[in-house]
Amino acid sequence: MINTLLEENHMQENSILRAKYAAKNLDVYYADKQALFGINLDIMENQVTSLIGPSGCGKSTLLRCLNRMNDVIDICSVKGSIRLDGQDIYDDGIDVVELRARVGMVFQKPNPFPKSIYDNVAYGPKIHGMIDQKSDADEIVETSLKKAGLWQEVKDRLAAPGTGLSGGQQQRLCIARAIAVNPEVILMDEPCSALDPIATAIIEQLIDELKQKFTIVIVTHSMQQAARVSQKTAFFHLGSLVEFGDTDQIFTNPQNQQTQDYITGRYG
Amino acid sequence: MIDKMSRHTKKRYQAERRFKIYGLLAIMFALGFLGLMLSTIALRAIPAFTQTYIQLTVEFSAKILDVDNKRDVKQIARADFQKIIREALYAEFPAANKRQDKKHLKKLVSSEAGYHLSRDLLAAETTDLNFIGTSAAIWVKSSDDVDSFIKDFISREVDEINRRLNDQQIGWIDSLIADGKLETRFNWDFFKFADSRSPEDAGIRGAVMGSLFTLAITLMLSFPLGVFAAIYLEEYAKPGRITDFIGVNINNLAAIPSIVFGLLGLALFLNIFGMSRSSPLVGGLVLSLMTLPTVIITTRAALKSVPPSIREAALGIGASKMQTILHHVLPLAMPGALTGAIIGMARALGETAPLLMIGMVAFIADIPTNINDPATVLPVQIYIWADSPERAFESKMSAAILVLLFFLIVMNGLAVLLRRKYERRW
Ligand SMILES: Nc1ncnc2c1ncn2[C@@H]1O[C@H](COP(=O)(O)OP(=O)(O)OP(=O)(O)O)[C@@H](O)[C@H]1O
Ligand SMILES: [Mg+2]
Repeated sequence: MINTLLEENHMQENSILRAKYAAKNLDVYYADKQALFGINLDIMENQVTSLIGPSGCGKSTLLRCLNRMNDVIDICSVKGSIRLDGQDIYDDGIDVVELRARVGMVFQKPNPFPKSIYDNVAYGPKIHGMIDQKSDADEIVETSLKKAGLWQEVKDRLAAPGTGLSGGQQQRLCIARAIAVNPEVILMDEPCSALDPIATAIIEQLIDELKQKFTIVIVTHSMQQAARVSQKTAFFHLGSLVEFGDTDQIFTNPQNQQTQDYITGRYG
Repeated sequence: MIDKMSRHTKKRYQAERRFKIYGLLAIMFALGFLGLMLSTIALRAIPAFTQTYIQLTVEFSAKILDVDNKRDVKQIARADFQKIIREALYAEFPAANKRQDKKHLKKLVSSEAGYHLSRDLLAAETTDLNFIGTSAAIWVKSSDDVDSFIKDFISREVDEINRRLNDQQIGWIDSLIADGKLETRFNWDFFKFADSRSPEDAGIRGAVMGSLFTLAITLMLSFPLGVFAAIYLEEYAKPGRITDFIGVNINNLAAIPSIVFGLLGLALFLNIFGMSRSSPLVGGLVLSLMTLPTVIITTRAALKSVPPSIREAALGIGASKMQTILHHVLPLAMPGALTGAIIGMARALGETAPLLMIGMVAFIADIPTNINDPATVLPVQIYIWADSPERAFESKMSAAILVLLFFLIVMNGLAVLLRRKYERRW
């Protein structure tokens, strides 16, 4: 099952790829406790990269470094560099707000604003000055919801509160909200962990479509999901990057014993 | 064995029932006292809502009102209208012609009746002075003693020397009643007038306006200041010793007896800044100092209870910190902050001690029209009336308590409504 999926993925890789993100010697600390150790990782443009590994190994920490969401945590400090299109995002001159407009994020638990569906999607474009008149907003809301595969379900009740949708719909609303500001990268932290298999399938298909336009980094606990949606996989263990490579290689021919154990489910 | 267990079960049930009954008794005890208190206050307040009036046929004689016949409104306004009323009384009871009798007779009507009569007649801008020289049947307020007699506070059974009305006066009252020239009406003046030395003229309006002005100042100062302080402490200040120290001291401030704030206000606003005594402005400033900690504490709690996922969502799509706070966190925290402010205001409304310190306890017979007019507030008015010897002020005091309770209930109700309406929308 996994093998056939991998072959399909492999077939799609034919364009020349460029590194979107490049992390060099990245160390992350929470107060005195080190959570990530010397991470070196390239994330390719228009690909889906999945981060896997046992709980507490630092996947979310790495993801939150990529759009500097860690800034919110006072005790968190970062050493080393992360370059986005060649520019170090931890440079002093970088505007975090601008960075986060370029790098969208979808969280583990769907977190729509307690506002209408329309306002949820229109909020980002509004604060980034992408909207001059009402029709601009209408258009962005429609295209974003269409890209997120939610338009058909909500087009008649855009004024209804976003929190009134089902879990899967809420998560797609959050994806629509993230892509409404037209980011270059979308970070997803276990986006399907609160969803049933059908909603998960919808979102996975969505991720596959989104990678045409966006670079996607996804944290997941499901090996099948990583195999289905991603082209590159990074395996983490205790804060270190153990193995990184093409997804089909990692799943069919892992170089490291720990990786082997983890993907075959032998890891405790 | 089974027997032992079933006995144990029975015991457990009994204990459970007893436990429940204790709680029920406690509630009934509390409710009983509350009911008792409210009903005594309400019962004692009833007389304040009515007032006795006497009908007299007055003659607006030009000899008294317009001596030099100039028909000048200003001059007429200063004329002795009380004398007109007195003359009407003497005409009503011609038998009372001795000096002593007349002295007793004129005590049947309110000493303010003439003042009100002139105000009523000359109130309009273009006053029609045609009433001079005519006569008319009008109703005037009775004196406090007559009113008390009608309300059964003065008994006929008591010896004449121990009574505020003598037998002769009671005779006149009886004859007025028999002629249908004495009636009891709803006392609108209680809601229209400010305090007065004459109980029949004393009203609550001055204190209500004073309270409103004072609370308006309190709200306008303590709410924005409190919210800004809370936002800074909760969202911007680095958690650490200094923030903790500030937080603890805000809690301490909230626990300081209110009279201390009054002393501070006296020293600061009156003595150093030289603001006017007894003014709602100073009262409001003092009460804001007192309310501020409450607003800060409740707003901080409300901000803290906004789920972090909302902040992450906003930050995640590139909202700045200020946008996150203004667009998402603050709206969600607002009901909590407002509830805190209203509860703080309700407490401020009932405060007496700090306002005594800044002179709001003075006798003020004018309704304040702005925040710098001398004024008093509801609880202080209650205190003043509770201190007055006349019988009628006792019921006025109870009525003032009812008015105060009414405002308190409205405010607390508002707080509950707000909380209901906006509770947990995420
Ligand atoms: N806010 C924080 N403060 C202190 N330590 C933290 C914080 N967030 C994460 N950590 C620590 O950093 C390490 C990595 O956590 P992280 O959340 O990145 O793991 P994860 O791989 O995402 O785990 P999971 O799969 O369970 O989500 C853990 O040991 C965790 O205890
Ligand atoms: Mg995680």
